Amino acid sequence: MKFAPLVWANLRRKKLRTLLTILSILVAFVLYGYLSAIRVAFNQGVEFAGLDRLVVRHKVSLIQPLPESYKARMEAVDGVELVALATWFGGVYQRPTNFFAQMPVEPEPFLEMFPEYRLSPEERRAWAETRTGAIVGEKLASRFGWEIGDRIPLQASIWPNKDGSDTWEFDIVGIYEGAEKGTDTTQFFFRHDYFHESRGVGSGLVGWYWLRVADPDRSAQIAARIDGMFANSSAETKTEPENAFIQGFANQVGNVGAILTGILAAVFFTILLVAGNTMAQAVRERTAELAALKAIGFTARGVLGLVLGESLLLAATGGALGLSLAWWLISRGDPTNGALPFFFFPADDLLLGVALVLFVGLAAGILPALQAGRLAIADALRR
Amino acid sequence: MSGDGPLVDVRSLEKRFQRGAEEIRVLDGLDLEVPPGDFLALMGPSGSGKSTLLNLIGGLDRPTAGRVSVGGRRIDQMPDRRLAAWRARHVGLVFQFYNLLPVLTAERNVELPLLLTRLSAKERARRVATALDVVGLADRQGHYPRQLSGGEQQRVGIARAIVTDPTLLLCDEPTGDLDRTASDGILELLGALNREHGKTVLMVTHDPHAAAQARRILHLDKGRLSTEPAP
Repeated sequence: MKFAPLVWANLRRKKLRTLLTILSILVAFVLYGYLSAIRVAFNQGVEFAGLDRLVVRHKVSLIQPLPESYKARMEAVDGVELVALATWFGGVYQRPTNFFAQMPVEPEPFLEMFPEYRLSPEERRAWAETRTGAIVGEKLASRFGWEIGDRIPLQASIWPNKDGSDTWEFDIVGIYEGAEKGTDTTQFFFRHDYFHESRGVGSGLVGWYWLRVADPDRSAQIAARIDGMFANSSAETKTEPENAFIQGFANQVGNVGAILTGILAAVFFTILLVAGNTMAQAVRERTAELAALKAIGFTARGVLGLVLGESLLLAATGGALGLSLAWWLISRGDPTNGALPFFFFPADDLLLGVALVLFVGLAAGILPALQAGRLAIADALRR
Repeated sequence: MSGDGPLVDVRSLEKRFQRGAEEIRVLDGLDLEVPPGDFLALMGPSGSGKSTLLNLIGGLDRPTAGRVSVGGRRIDQMPDRRLAAWRARHVGLVFQFYNLLPVLTAERNVELPLLLTRLSAKERARRVATALDVVGLADRQGHYPRQLSGGEQQRVGIARAIVTDPTLLLCDEPTGDLDRTASDGILELLGALNREHGKTVLMVTHDPHAAAQARRILHLDKGRLSTEPAP
């Protein structure tokens, strides 16, 4: 600690250069935090997917429907505990930019399948009793200011009504909470029987099925069994673990994780060059001073430590400010005003951020520090 | 440092530099003895090897051949880390251009060698205050080098050199960057450190006026020492 004032004083030597470098590092870590939160928004569903849940979809594509009659046949398969169906509704609330997921489901099996969606007993009862009833996640309700009892109109883009209109109306009977931080509370679920009876096209078809298996170790065997059951039919199936299904869904946008990793790699490489250049300049300018330090008794390792300490302090200042600012910005809410299912700075990514701060500090400083440590005193004093 | 012999004992010292294909012989079998308490001025023309000799005695550079003993210890054979520790403990260095850290105050500059010791902050502060008092800058401890005159900066440099209470002071052109008045002050201070505090002083200078303040003057020319200047 007794060397800390020396390290700090050296950083203040060129205040503007230090400030600009710290700002560069700060911006990089704000970007890191923000992109981490966005990556989570796309991938968190994968991490929270149930290990005992499988998804059965059309073998060709997710948008190809499956017959509703498959449900009973799958329920009869040994090892399958529960089957729940769902369909992508794709409606628009007020304007197309107000995107959120809407799905018709059967309330009982659906709520049993997803215990992480928490409803009060009164809300469960109300949904069972209200044919046009819908439940919405608390984040979605908060986004649009919805309350229980509100009537919500959606414009159908895929499923017109039997009467030819595109307008569907739903009554909000429950607002579900997430059991965990990563539970998606941006969705809108309504009753499949209402959907089935009112739709003008696609009668008898559903989007996909969720299965709950008694023994997750038998998932692969059960999946093969089910796909075998429907092989060579007009609607062949592809059965996969829920996390693979969600990942596939997310990948429709692109491999978000890889894209974000690529962006961050470019940002951090640039920051390394900026911070490394700052440290290299700082050492070059102080050749005689560093030589004097060695002359009065500082060892090569001691001088190396001073320069590395300076580099680490530079990175730590920018990194700590950047991560803190990212945390604050993310905690204020997602930039899409609630369209993202999750938006938070995961603790793991925060820890990785701290490790990155250390890495930037060490990597930026190591070459100039080695150069300083190797200074030949007599030569350097003559310069 | 202890012993009855010379404080500095240099035998058959050679130093050669390679400049491209050419080998430059700066010191050529040089012998030198400096008794404890001496104040020796080394004079000579530019390029005669005065600073090189000082660097070798201070362990800042390695000889090509020969031996350098200070206080009875062969410093030419010491590993780098031990040599650095030895310098911190036994040698005070005074540079022509002071080599103070501009971002530190006078007291922080003087404290630098003490950071390498296990002394408490309180003890370090006490020693720094004493050193600054010895050089007559007790009232300028909070000033940065840019706020001090050249003579004052060199006094801070001398305070830094004596703060660890070394036996040997090596001064490389300590008045080379100063006007006459400031030079006289610095030479008087070095003389006082020699006479009153028992420091052995080796001073490289090309200024006869400065050299006249020393007890002994040696002239270095073509890699060899003599008591008389080269014709």
